[in-house]
Amino acid sequence: MQELTQLKESPSQTAGPYVHIGCVPNFCDITGVYPEDLGARMVNAETKGERITVKGTIYDGTGTPLKDALVEIWQADAAGLYPGNDPRGAADPNFTGWGRKASDYDTGEWQFDTIRPGAVPFPDGRMMAPHISLLIVARGINIGLNTRMYFPDADNSADPLLTRIEHQNRVATLIAERETDGVYRFDIYLQGEKETVFLDV
Amino acid sequence: MSNGDLIQRDRLWHPPALTPDYKTSVARSPRHALLSLQNSDSELTGPTFGQNDIAEIDNDLILNYAKTGDPIGERIIVHGRVLDENARPVPNTLIEIWQANAGGRYRHKKDSYLAPIDPNFGGCGRTLTDDNGNYVFRTVKPGAYPWRNWVNNWRPAHIHFSVFGTAFAQRLITQMYFEGDPLIAKCPIVQSIPEQRAVDQLVAALDLNASLPLDSIAYKFDIVLRGRRSTFFENRPEGN
Repeated sequence: MQELTQLKESPSQTAGPYVHIGCVPNFCDITGVYPEDLGARMVNAETKGERITVKGTIYDGTGTPLKDALVEIWQADAAGLYPGNDPRGAADPNFTGWGRKASDYDTGEWQFDTIRPGAVPFPDGRMMAPHISLLIVARGINIGLNTRMYFPDADNSADPLLTRIEHQNRVATLIAERETDGVYRFDIYLQGEKETVFLDV
Repeated sequence: MSNGDLIQRDRLWHPPALTPDYKTSVARSPRHALLSLQNSDSELTGPTFGQNDIAEIDNDLILNYAKTGDPIGERIIVHGRVLDENARPVPNTLIEIWQANAGGRYRHKKDSYLAPIDPNFGGCGRTLTDDNGNYVFRTVKPGAYPWRNWVNNWRPAHIHFSVFGTAFAQRLITQMYFEGDPLIAKCPIVQSIPEQRAVDQLVAALDLNASLPLDSIAYKFDIVLRGRRSTFFENRPEGN
């Protein structure tokens, strides 16, 4: 038999407890190497769109907050375009689309100051409800966990992802809570009764 | 540019979420199945970085935290290529690394190992691959490091790698190990990977050809990210 010549993806390993050193060194007091941590700022004064804050805590299967997690988010701009390499067109040049934050050492809470994303199409042409993609890595997580955050004050009823979740009682795990005006809480449960829906993308 | 779907992740090749010998994974692994999601622009686009984002010295861990002199330890060069599963180079992509110093001590307030901090070593580096997917770092070889898993567990010498690619779904965090290290076979984190061939993919080879005589010894570590699918009979308006 002939061999398929494709390479195999490098296998994942945990980011470990000291992920901060490489990804957010200023956060862990390694200063003077990089001027600021990549992903720390997503918007500037010129960014178009409604300013929002997204924050949350990640809990393990015992209900204990993770204080050593790293969260990355990736989202469209206010018009629904992704910065960088979106084939549909150029996004807002004053928006990075990408943010990276560590959980607070004491409370486990992480926070992003960003804008509300516009809607993005699914490949079949249906529009997906506005959402933010998240990647979670930490000690004890062997391969990064992908999930999505949706907004409680948007129409999510026809979203192609949410509607195909077989266990519809789990859809709520992907919908943020509105805390105050423009502030959304998206707590993530790695395991247990309230386990967040994680994605194989 | 075309954003063809990515080749699906082979989750029999990657470590599963629950690997009880690596104890922390027990309470930090989902119990429900992952929901499979067809790729959309949300997964096929990703952050891009340019030369403005990083400095020339960022890939040199011997110099980027030096205060009074060079860090102590075995001077090494770590180099390689970032390719996709179709063996195409991944150019201009960001690689970040972090590691302990030569004694196995991390510059991190949660690390209380008794081996000392090196005043001239920070432990972080980053670089962009060139047009052919090549990258290079200069650093010191990290030491083995004890951790509270079993009573007497030691991590093999390792360097953590974070790689971006061009799609958010290509994002990968992994660890590089060193050829010949007898701790590799004993490590519950390494052994979270089911297949020995996959473990071997994370072991950098000693590369004397890239070593600098009387200066630094070299290791070669290639990284493979997910590739794009080409589906012959799929009706794609933008072509394959």
